[in-house]
Amino acid sequence: MLLPPELSVSLCVERPVLPVRPRTPPRAPFCFSPSRLRFHRQHEFFEDGDIHRHLYLQDILTNVTEVTERSKVSEFCCHIVGCCQVFDTLEGYEHHYNALHRNMCSFCKRSFPSVHLLDTHILEWHDSLFQIMAEKQNMYQCLVEGCAEKFKSSKDRKDHLVKVHLYPSDFRFDKPKKAKSSTKHSKPPSKLDVSMPMDVNVETYEQSQVDSMEICPSESMENPTQPVSGPISSLQEKKLYKSRIPSTICFGQGASRGFKSMKKKV
Amino acid sequence: MWSRRSCRYRPDASGLEELRARRREQESALRKARRQQQLVSKRLLREDSLVNGDGQAGVEIGSEPLSEQEILQLLRDVQRGTEERKKLLSRLRQGLQHKETQQKFVRLEGSMWVLIGLFTSSLANVQMEAARCLHELSHSSDPAVAEACLPATSYLLTYLSGHSVEFTELCLYTLGNLAVESDAVRKQLLPQGIIPALASCIQSPHVAVQEGLGYVLSQLLQAREAPTKIIPHVNNSLLISQGMVSTLVLVLLELASMISKAATEGLELLICPVLRCLSNLLAEDETEGCKVQIQDDRLLVALFLFMQYFLQQHPFLVQECLWLLNNLTADEPIFCSAVLTLDLLPALLQLLSCSRMVTLLALTVLCNIAEKGPAYCHQLHQKAVLPSLLSTLALSDAQVVGQSLELLHLLFLHLPEAADDFLSQAGLQALEQHQDNPQLQERVRALSETYLQPAAASLISCAGASAAVLPSS
Repeated sequence: MLLPPELSVSLCVERPVLPVRPRTPPRAPFCFSPSRLRFHRQHEFFEDGDIHRHLYLQDILTNVTEVTERSKVSEFCCHIVGCCQVFDTLEGYEHHYNALHRNMCSFCKRSFPSVHLLDTHILEWHDSLFQIMAEKQNMYQCLVEGCAEKFKSSKDRKDHLVKVHLYPSDFRFDKPKKAKSSTKHSKPPSKLDVSMPMDVNVETYEQSQVDSMEICPSESMENPTQPVSGPISSLQEKKLYKSRIPSTICFGQGASRGFKSMKKKV
Repeated sequence: MWSRRSCRYRPDASGLEELRARRREQESALRKARRQQQLVSKRLLREDSLVNGDGQAGVEIGSEPLSEQEILQLLRDVQRGTEERKKLLSRLRQGLQHKETQQKFVRLEGSMWVLIGLFTSSLANVQMEAARCLHELSHSSDPAVAEACLPATSYLLTYLSGHSVEFTELCLYTLGNLAVESDAVRKQLLPQGIIPALASCIQSPHVAVQEGLGYVLSQLLQAREAPTKIIPHVNNSLLISQGMVSTLVLVLLELASMISKAATEGLELLICPVLRCLSNLLAEDETEGCKVQIQDDRLLVALFLFMQYFLQQHPFLVQECLWLLNNLTADEPIFCSAVLTLDLLPALLQLLSCSRMVTLLALTVLCNIAEKGPAYCHQLHQKAVLPSLLSTLALSDAQVVGQSLELLHLLFLHLPEAADDFLSQAGLQALEQHQDNPQLQERVRALSETYLQPAAASLISCAGASAAVLPSS
């Protein structure tokens, strides 16, 4: 740290503190007594500083992660089997990978925005032990981080999400389990064709896996006690592995975590 | 990262005077907003844009507003995927830079629903472009437009735990813009778990994400209900016990060192919040058992460096530095002593001829020093505090004069000879001009009767005595 030369000398020397007289209360009519000042946040004391700051804020443009970072490379393809996306920037690839492959359920190919949601999905959709336990205790965890509530059923959880956390009733990442995806919609008619699956998903996975933004008639859906018709075989019941990438796997510094191919499992 | 908008003014911009006039208007609008407790500013992430003379967000070259029909067509085409979706969304995004288009968009039934569907898509480039559209909407000056984004908030929060830096940053700034919009928005964001979601963001190693996070938090804290609803308990004691104070002091020292390196653009914007933090922490209520004590007197040097540097350009910083100086010198003899021994008194005295608030605070600091006792008063007197005081006595502001009287009292109390010198510099006359002011007269009289008249009397008697000793010729 640099200080002006004339001051640096005095810093090397230990400066004695001048002797202090014990504090006595002020003598009338004088009223001064040293005190630490505090101002309310709306106080006009801060006005000039605040105005200066806001003038600056209104003047600036926050650039999205500087252009220099996005260096182009020669075109390359996504390494995941079945994905044919092409990229010419690492950031573009990274976002694609994060959006589509990173938290993907290997059972049903659905992508999730976070590990937390993926884990919840696998547990509730593909783990038959979960179904058994859910009969006896509240197993459906609230999706909001920081909320520890658990529920008896997916519907109860959704009600909680809507009522307490003000989530939309058609929250995309909380679909109750169902055998077929329904294309029924209860949206009011509008100029836009809302009977189309609103979700735009990668073509390869579109057909049977489309998770449309329709409002699910969840009352008729929920039945966790029955053995669910689905891809869970008795073999898989015994293996309670996670179909997501273990945290110990990492490829390279600065790169996203993930496999090159989705084939390798267990 | 931030940068000032690329300064490309529109072709029809007028001269410098008009720009200055607009700037003054802008400033007075901000002052008015602050007095009504409605001072909010949003932020906009955009690749590039023009800036208007009045500092409002410009638009990209070539972007035009869209009609309702055009918006509908774009959305239909996106749904069907007839054209490359990203291009379609880009066109929409450019249109959404215009307020009329924003308003038309939100009024169209189903439009937001479609946009959110695209925003939650797993097609990365579609998702990103949809996010940018959402961001433009969040920045709107029309509250109805920003509030139309409410259905998207649960998703914005969900995506905060993602890993794409640019996307996360965009979500953060969108949330920040929405958070500052209205009560209604925050009433939804808080139950949706914005605070825990932000907490998970804090782990990110990326500066851009941390900046975005800082933005959201600062916007949340601007809320009127923040003290009661958003921060139920400001645990300053915890902050203090974690070494917050020494960290802040080090930051200020670091900033002070940057002055000498001439890397000073926007430095005052960094200094100001740190000053306020420290001053507030120092002013923490003792009864809560966390009285802060700072002992590093390098901080003093830093403060004076700031004041000297910013006196001309940004005087607001001087008064905030003095506030911190007051909180440091009130109880801590180390700082009072250092002002004197580091020869910083002349600089402090110079401040007595500045604005009212600066003068008042400087006087208060001087009182803090004088109150410490005779050793301090002696130094003050030696270093010529009296002439400066005589100048302040000539001012008309009663509070300033009153504080000068308090300082005089302390000086005379601890250092009787100061009264003699004061008299010989026509101090009595300086006082007398205030003897009819009800706010001041009691103190004027007290000074006069207690210190000055006795001093005058003893002078006369001394003169008499010495005359008597002289040998008669």
